Amino acid sequence: MADGTTLQLPHLASHPVHISLFADVANAPFLRQQLLEGNSAFEYAFLDASTIISVNHVLAAVFRAVNDLLHGRLKSRNVHSEIVFSLSPNNNIAESFRRFGISDTTRTLLAIKVLNSPATDPIPDPSSHLATHVQGQRVPFNDATLALTAEIPRVRKIYKLDSGGDAGGRKGKGGKGQPNGAMAANSTIKEMEAVILGIMAVKGS
Amino acid sequence: MASTAPAFVHTLPAPFAPVPLADADSLPPHPVPELITQGAEALVYRTHFLTTSTLCALKYRPKKSYRHPTLDARLTKGRILAEARVLVRCRKEGLAVPAVMGADWEAGWLATEWIDGQTIRAYLDDYLHGIDDANVVAEQQEELMELMARVGESVGKMHEIGIVHGDLTTSNLMLRPKNKSGRESSAYTNRDLEGDVVIIDFGLAVQSIQDEDKAVDLYVLERAFGSTHPQAENLFPEVLRAYGESHKGAKVVLKRLEDVRLRGRKKSMLG
Repeated sequence: MADGTTLQLPHLASHPVHISLFADVANAPFLRQQLLEGNSAFEYAFLDASTIISVNHVLAAVFRAVNDLLHGRLKSRNVHSEIVFSLSPNNNIAESFRRFGISDTTRTLLAIKVLNSPATDPIPDPSSHLATHVQGQRVPFNDATLALTAEIPRVRKIYKLDSGGDAGGRKGKGGKGQPNGAMAANSTIKEMEAVILGIMAVKGS
Repeated sequence: MASTAPAFVHTLPAPFAPVPLADADSLPPHPVPELITQGAEALVYRTHFLTTSTLCALKYRPKKSYRHPTLDARLTKGRILAEARVLVRCRKEGLAVPAVMGADWEAGWLATEWIDGQTIRAYLDDYLHGIDDANVVAEQQEELMELMARVGESVGKMHEIGIVHGDLTTSNLMLRPKNKSGRESSAYTNRDLEGDVVIIDFGLAVQSIQDEDKAVDLYVLERAFGSTHPQAENLFPEVLRAYGESHKGAKVVLKRLEDVRLRGRKKSMLG
């Protein structure tokens, strides 16, 4: 069984981030309830992975949340709720939780914890804590897994990627002349990621 | 580590700033941003973003001490956001520009995708360097014309979606090689003019549907061709030819360009 990932974002080495991806989660209502009750043992960002298309997609949200934390300008309760909010294309916090946060029907769960002060942290090892409380199967956190669980049409709708009369057929100059096989689908996710990161970066202005 | 980090002319803001000495030992190696170029308003660094395998161009607009702090903050915010919004818009429409990866208008930085390859200017310089050699010219001519056509198409597409660049020069047009290995410079025998034309530096870009603005964009590019590559005069008509076929309103813009050329010459008389 995979262990989850603890990684350091470049330039944010002081804030290591633990990320675990779970498939076939059976107790989403319980986990969501812990967040609603403000249970301090569950200081996580719980994302519904169906609206996450790639590793960079979620890392960009983490970067923005931690950077805003460092500059003391969080718009929501804490850095973990800010990760969920950072994913949103607009400034509606409640909506961002509905779209990207865990819901009672969540089957694929992305759990993120920012480990800003390991010494005083109530959960020194989020990996085993999650393994105990999440009823689901841990799967590797990578682009390949996320591509399988992402609901692309829904993501395209959330970020309004098809507005302006461009249905995506013109995307990807590099794909010109290539057969529309597996390569094309992959470059489309890359291309979606490129636009989505930009939309996330300019929001809140 | 931090003690060996090169001294910065400007100090980047957090989190890109060099790690303070006191913390340096307790933290893992810190990727140090490398200064690439400097303009009047901004410094461009190459560094990593999100993962250590993702390169980005970090455009940092330092605080200007001669401006009132409130005004300075407002101008910096406005300019970073204007550039970022234009880049996102272009990318959404499928035009090859650097993707926006992150921004912080209070700290003054914009992180965009790193574009491999060289500027069109560098390619033209290489080409003109070898212009004495008749064989090379013949060989390169066709490829180069094809490249110029792609430049025209790209600029045309940008104008079609209502973006005017504002500083269209051969230095702000890049050629991203098809295969990632092609980052070699000089040696023109080894050149590969295949790849995507990528338009960069939208710091002066505006959203405009005015034919006049688009014509001025082309005029600026024409002047850039003429002044930095006087021997490459025969190339620019190919850019315009491809531009003219790129979108519906292009012919009107080309017509307008003729007016702008005339006015350009008369400019000194008009003050």
